[in-house]
Amino acid sequence: MDFLPALIPVLPLLAFAVIITNGRRLGWSACLVAVGASLTSAVLAALVYSRVLLSHETLAWSFEWVRWGETALRMGVRIDGLGALMLFMVTVVGTLIEIYAIGYMAGDKTFSRFFAFVSLFMAGMLGLVVADNLLLLFVSWEIMGLCSYFLIGFYFHRPSAAAAGIKAFITTRIGDVGLLIGMILLWWTAGTLRFDELLLAVPALAGLGDAHVDLMLTAAALLIFVGTIGKSAQFPLHVWLPDAMEGPTPVSALIHAATMVAAGVFLVARSFILFAQFPAALTVVAWVGGFTALFAALIALTQNDIKRVLAYSTLSQLGYMVMALGLGAYAAGMFHLITHAFFKALLFMGAGAVIHGFHHVQDMRRMGGLWGKMPWTAWTFLVATLAISGIPPLSGFWSKDEILLGAFHESPVLWVAGTFTAFLTAFYMFRLFFMTFTGRQRDGEIHAHESPAVMILPLVVLAVGAALLGIPGSPWMGLWVQHSLDVPAYALAHHHHSNLVMGLSIAVAVAGIALAWLMYAPRPTIQPARVARAMGRLYTLSLNKFHIDEIYAALIINPTRALARGSFRFDLGLIDGAVNGMGWLQRALASLKGLFDKWVVDGIVNLLATIVQALSAVFGLIQTGRVHNYLLLASLGALVIACLTWWNMG
Amino acid sequence: MIPLAPFLVVSAALVAIGVFGALTRRSALGILMSIELIINAAALNLVAFSQHIRTSDAESTAGQMFALFAMAIAAAAAAVGLSIVICIYRNSKTVNVDKIDLMRW
Amino acid sequence: MTEPASLLAWIAFVCLVAVTVGSAVLVVTLRNLFHAVLALIASLLGVAGLYLMLLAEFVAAIHVLIYVGAVATLFLFVIMLTVRIDDAALRQSNRQVIPAIALCGAGLALLLAALLAAPWTPVEEIRPPGVQQIGHDMLTTYLLPFEVVSLLLLVALVGAVTLARREDQRT
Repeated sequence: MDFLPALIPVLPLLAFAVIITNGRRLGWSACLVAVGASLTSAVLAALVYSRVLLSHETLAWSFEWVRWGETALRMGVRIDGLGALMLFMVTVVGTLIEIYAIGYMAGDKTFSRFFAFVSLFMAGMLGLVVADNLLLLFVSWEIMGLCSYFLIGFYFHRPSAAAAGIKAFITTRIGDVGLLIGMILLWWTAGTLRFDELLLAVPALAGLGDAHVDLMLTAAALLIFVGTIGKSAQFPLHVWLPDAMEGPTPVSALIHAATMVAAGVFLVARSFILFAQFPAALTVVAWVGGFTALFAALIALTQNDIKRVLAYSTLSQLGYMVMALGLGAYAAGMFHLITHAFFKALLFMGAGAVIHGFHHVQDMRRMGGLWGKMPWTAWTFLVATLAISGIPPLSGFWSKDEILLGAFHESPVLWVAGTFTAFLTAFYMFRLFFMTFTGRQRDGEIHAHESPAVMILPLVVLAVGAALLGIPGSPWMGLWVQHSLDVPAYALAHHHHSNLVMGLSIAVAVAGIALAWLMYAPRPTIQPARVARAMGRLYTLSLNKFHIDEIYAALIINPTRALARGSFRFDLGLIDGAVNGMGWLQRALASLKGLFDKWVVDGIVNLLATIVQALSAVFGLIQTGRVHNYLLLASLGALVIACLTWWNMG
Repeated sequence: MIPLAPFLVVSAALVAIGVFGALTRRSALGILMSIELIINAAALNLVAFSQHIRTSDAESTAGQMFALFAMAIAAAAAAVGLSIVICIYRNSKTVNVDKIDLMRW
Repeated sequence: MTEPASLLAWIAFVCLVAVTVGSAVLVVTLRNLFHAVLALIASLLGVAGLYLMLLAEFVAAIHVLIYVGAVATLFLFVIMLTVRIDDAALRQSNRQVIPAIALCGAGLALLLAALLAAPWTPVEEIRPPGVQQIGHDMLTTYLLPFEVVSLLLLVALVGAVTLARREDQRT
């Protein structure tokens, strides 16, 4: 029973193996294999969750993997409240997204390949959640990185998609290297990578008061956080996520909203003991998160691509979660992770439905008035939009309010930034909603249509989740979800409920929605173009994403390319020249040796052969091949021997 | 009783005739017959010596024994040799050894 | 002291020698191989007679049985199997007759010179061993060679059958 959690990631892995080897034969039915595996995993996850929830115990199962000397490396699974909740969220959202993808990807030539990679991705994510040590977590982490590369570049025949895949892979790779070095440091210092052992080892090491050890562990924590920055797309490694929208929309929903980017946050939560012992690391985490939240929200204000707005909104929400962890509001951050997974998956899938129904146009300026044409999509989208904007009693409100409460107590500056970000979030989300669904369709040539039932069903289920999931975590229910997470004692931060925080957060959300209504309603009272002109440079900066990509290009990519070109010329001119010169020299020498070989060595050999040939011509005369001749000679020999013998004797 | 020497002379004559036949016969069968003559001569020699010259009664049968064994071996040699002749005949449709010069380098 | 041979014995001996050596000469000179085998039989019978003259009657009997009964018959069969009719008229000796005669003559001269020059000291009294003695010795003193020869004969038998079998009968 204890190894049951280990089965959960294995099932999608099996599905991947089956689909990737039988893709052609399976054809359309590949999706059934994938969905079946996910669904079974979801059922298992529900079992595990209920068990952990009821007993508040930690399911752990492990086996010895390798041993050298006294040191043994164990592999296994460990499920506590946090892990169980994550498992439940990942399997449920993942299954819904796979069902949705059946409709979205229908007719695609690489239908089965898509499901194979999604299954592998699920296996990676679930492996990461159940892992009981950093090493297994890292392996799963890398599997996810690989899958995200495959899935972002899924339409690899499009150069932009291929480039986005490479960009995502390389950018997250920077974070991965950080994580790996952090792991090595941790192994070096603490001597273990298992979470339950770290829980004991780290406080003990911190208690020593050794400055060197403290420095090492802080460095390890920060390097692990670098991994989070890469995977969860925090500033300054956030650049890959908006470009990752090149992938199919279900991928965006699954990887870039609900699960993979959440892995970074989960990593910090898993290794929270490290951060909790070293406030310096925690402060860095908080500020990076807070900055990313505000920064991404500012960019999202001006984007016109529906998926890009959602991508920046994801960045911003992830910033919230990271900030929450940095502020010690561990439970609030994880709660927001869960609610965000639901409403952001819903938003992406709604956007996917819009794009699907709108003949793959993603520019919001050509949309509008889709409310009447896709009522189901519009309603579910509205739920999600309200949830992310923080309107009670939808799920986003509760989790965001928790985070702001934590910030209010810990760091007023971050609280102000977070509240302002909430205002911006409400504004840009309703800007998106109004531009897409209300008014008249601005591009009259496209005939939009509602999506098939297989895509609508997951939307409805997620909408219910996005609406209601916040209730169990609300103060009315006594923060039940937060308590079910088995928050470790070192991360327990009890903040008194504050009406000021809650009221203000509702107020800014309403203000944001109102401002969006004024500017983007069917008959706007404020013209967006005039605002843009009034903002001048600020508007341009936001539209161009603060030129981060250009700065990277100028600072890193172009110098790297120049270095590569220089190396290439150096290679071509000097090294190739030297190699060619050596080659020419060798050829000259070889022809000399060839002459020597031909006249001297061959001459001797041929001479010997001629001598042997001449001799053989002489002796060959005796070799008649006739038995009689031989017999005669043999008899002669016998006679001679007999004569000699007689001569000797007598 | 005829003394030893005449038998030895006969035996020597048979050996010489046998060798001559082996050297001159074209047919493999002829060669085999000549070899039988040579073996006979040897056996005759053995028996003659055994009857006329011996140091003790214990070895009185030695020569005759060896003659008997020589006969058995000659019979075996004849059987195998004739089989080989048949083989050769089957392969090259002749038993004339001077037509068979496979041993020529 | 052994009594000297009687005249009758000498006459018998000379006759036997004439048959033996004369037939042997015919064996190596006759063109027709079939006739050569018949001459071989005659020569072998002569040798058997010589064995009798040596008072070795058992060896003589076995000699007739094996050579005349088995080996010569075998030769006859093989000749009938292999020799074609038109071969009978062909010259049966090759071009090295002259060297062969020279060689054999030299060899014979050497042998005769050697054996006549040797000082033979025959035993005083010839008591030839009987068949009973031969049989006893064969199964006691000479048991090992006896068995080895029997094994040799078996191997020769199998080898002869294997060699003489037709190719197409090997499956």
